Amino acid sequence: MLTKKDVCQALRTGLWFMFLTFPLLVIKVNPTEQTVSWRWGNMFWVGGMSCLMYLFSRYFTAYRAAKQERLRLGMEQEARSWNLRFLQRPAFVLPLLSTGTLFLLAFPAFFSTYQVNIMITALMYVVLGLGLNIVVGVAGLLDLGYVAFYAVGAYAYALLHLHFDLSFWAALPIGGLLGALFGILLGFPVLRLRGDYLAIVTLGFGEIIRLVLENWSAFSRGPSGIANIPRPGFFGIDLSLEASITYLYYLMIAMVLCTMFVVNRLQHSRIGRAWVALREDDIACQAMGIDKTRTKLTAFALGATWAGMAGVFFAAKTTFVNPASFTFLESAIILCIVVLGGMGSIIGVVAAALLLILLPEYLRTFADYRMLVFGAVLVGMMIFRPQGIISTVRRTYTLNR
Amino acid sequence: MHQFSGESVEYFIELLFSGLTRGSIYALIALGYTMVYGIIGLINFAHGEMYMIGAFTALIVSSVLSIYGLPLPAILILTALAAATWAAAYGFTVERLAYRPLRNAPRLTPLISAIGMSIFLQNYVLLAQTSDFLPFPALIPDFAWLEPYAAIIGSTDLTILVVAAVVMLLLTLLIKYSRIGKAMRATAQDQKMALLVGVNVDRIISITFVIGSALAAIGGLLIASHIGQINFSIGFIAGIKAFTAAVLGGIGSIPGAVLGSFVLGLTEAFATGYVSSDYEDVFAFSLLVLILIFRPSGLLGKATVEKV
Repeated sequence: MLTKKDVCQALRTGLWFMFLTFPLLVIKVNPTEQTVSWRWGNMFWVGGMSCLMYLFSRYFTAYRAAKQERLRLGMEQEARSWNLRFLQRPAFVLPLLSTGTLFLLAFPAFFSTYQVNIMITALMYVVLGLGLNIVVGVAGLLDLGYVAFYAVGAYAYALLHLHFDLSFWAALPIGGLLGALFGILLGFPVLRLRGDYLAIVTLGFGEIIRLVLENWSAFSRGPSGIANIPRPGFFGIDLSLEASITYLYYLMIAMVLCTMFVVNRLQHSRIGRAWVALREDDIACQAMGIDKTRTKLTAFALGATWAGMAGVFFAAKTTFVNPASFTFLESAIILCIVVLGGMGSIIGVVAAALLLILLPEYLRTFADYRMLVFGAVLVGMMIFRPQGIISTVRRTYTLNR
Repeated sequence: MHQFSGESVEYFIELLFSGLTRGSIYALIALGYTMVYGIIGLINFAHGEMYMIGAFTALIVSSVLSIYGLPLPAILILTALAAATWAAAYGFTVERLAYRPLRNAPRLTPLISAIGMSIFLQNYVLLAQTSDFLPFPALIPDFAWLEPYAAIIGSTDLTILVVAAVVMLLLTLLIKYSRIGKAMRATAQDQKMALLVGVNVDRIISITFVIGSALAAIGGLLIASHIGQINFSIGFIAGIKAFTAAVLGGIGSIPGAVLGSFVLGLTEAFATGYVSSDYEDVFAFSLLVLILIFRPSGLLGKATVEKV
């Protein structure tokens, strides 16, 4: 399927990338000692890789075009995508779900506290991903400052504990409510903006929250943060460190299940359908009598609630909060989870969160490349598979006469 | 609080020049944002990275040249050329890889792709070079005749003002009178119609990215030799601020971007000078949020009415 022209073009692409990456990848200057090291190896590596990547992408597009052509001529039936084939068959889903649940429940019994801690982090991202999924995936509002609400929740618990000695259980709903409140406060003025402006305003808002937390030392203790936040208590019994982490793990599992349930119910509710309608075409949606501002605001506030609660969990897990945990990159990671998982797809988001958080932890050698890969994943998914790894299935209703 | 004494006038003038210098740098970056937005309606989130890549290329090239012992003027010219060339090459490549395949996709798709590209490029530079702050050599010589006014305006500031003014003038001439400029304006007005009258739209879009990135790289080179250190993450804040400037002036409008940049630069300089320097970035972000809420079309932009 590859012609001679393609091969020539691949060589040219390789040369172009060798030129492009020459100053940054090949030369490395040590400004204090005034020495230069030339890393020629990188150049050939880049050239070769980009050549191969070009050939692969050509092959892929050619393959896709040929398939489209066969479909058009009726030589082949359109195959349903793999996840629809598997995920809609109970014989397949039930064992998968039960083994998954069993594995997660038994996890702390077989693995060390360190592993359990990593798993808690991953589950936290599952909750964050599901929360952002309401805003970005279902309602189609690109929120780049989602981490601000996460920070609000974390600081709510930290400060309430510091000043009023409030416990985790009292802080959890307050964190959620404060998140929702901030969501409404921010959402109210900005939700009439067009999609891309909304993205930038939320990004600005997220940065403002972080900068205020960093600079307003009297309120938040500045960059040094707040330490000694207690883990959740178990009916007043003192737990050992390991036991309390295991306890937090099970709480996190309960939280994830609860989030999945709520988000699932929300998506198929009246307001959930309004969100999807708004995402698809807001003008048509208004013509159908849906209050645009209120619907968007609900999505924003509900998304922020989950972030606020996840923030309380975060503060309880790390027992320490500081503004450095709430940078834009964090928002980008959560966005990456939603995009990779498939906008609006719950199973997809869960899978993507576990994949994106656990893989870098276990492939330590590649940990440095984590953010590089995240960036590439965002671009690649948009170009090759905008619907995500597991695309959503719209619920269909049959009419009984 | 600042004391209102005889020094306060001098302090005011110092802040004024500092604001104008900041404004010129923002303008060099904001022009790229506004040109790209004007033509394809995309917030090119990775544009700040072109500025960062420009600064890094400048640092590398100038260090290598000075180690091999070239005279300062030659270093300055070659460095500026190299920074502009490579940033332009990156801009071109990013458009080809990340935006062109998404030309007809829904609005948010290319924006997410742009965010991905921005993260990718930041981490690419982090891995290829270093995560530390690198000292940037003072490329711009001190002018002897400016010595008496050194308290008010340094030679780097003056160079920045002059270079920015010249570049903006050239850009205006290019867009107003050249064939490419005409084609750019036509594409911005109506892409389909431009195609019909024989404008190579793909090429014009590429040229826009190339020009915008080269301008950002010049901005990066100037500001880096002004501040004296660079890092892989400088593009993010600079990009957001330049975007604020572009929106402030009315995104898509070139004089608007320049005006908005100066307004933002002056606001920042006076706010940090008279109020507090801790919240430097908060002023810019708050300004951005306020404009978008109250006047999303900007100072010079026209409010667009969406027809259904």
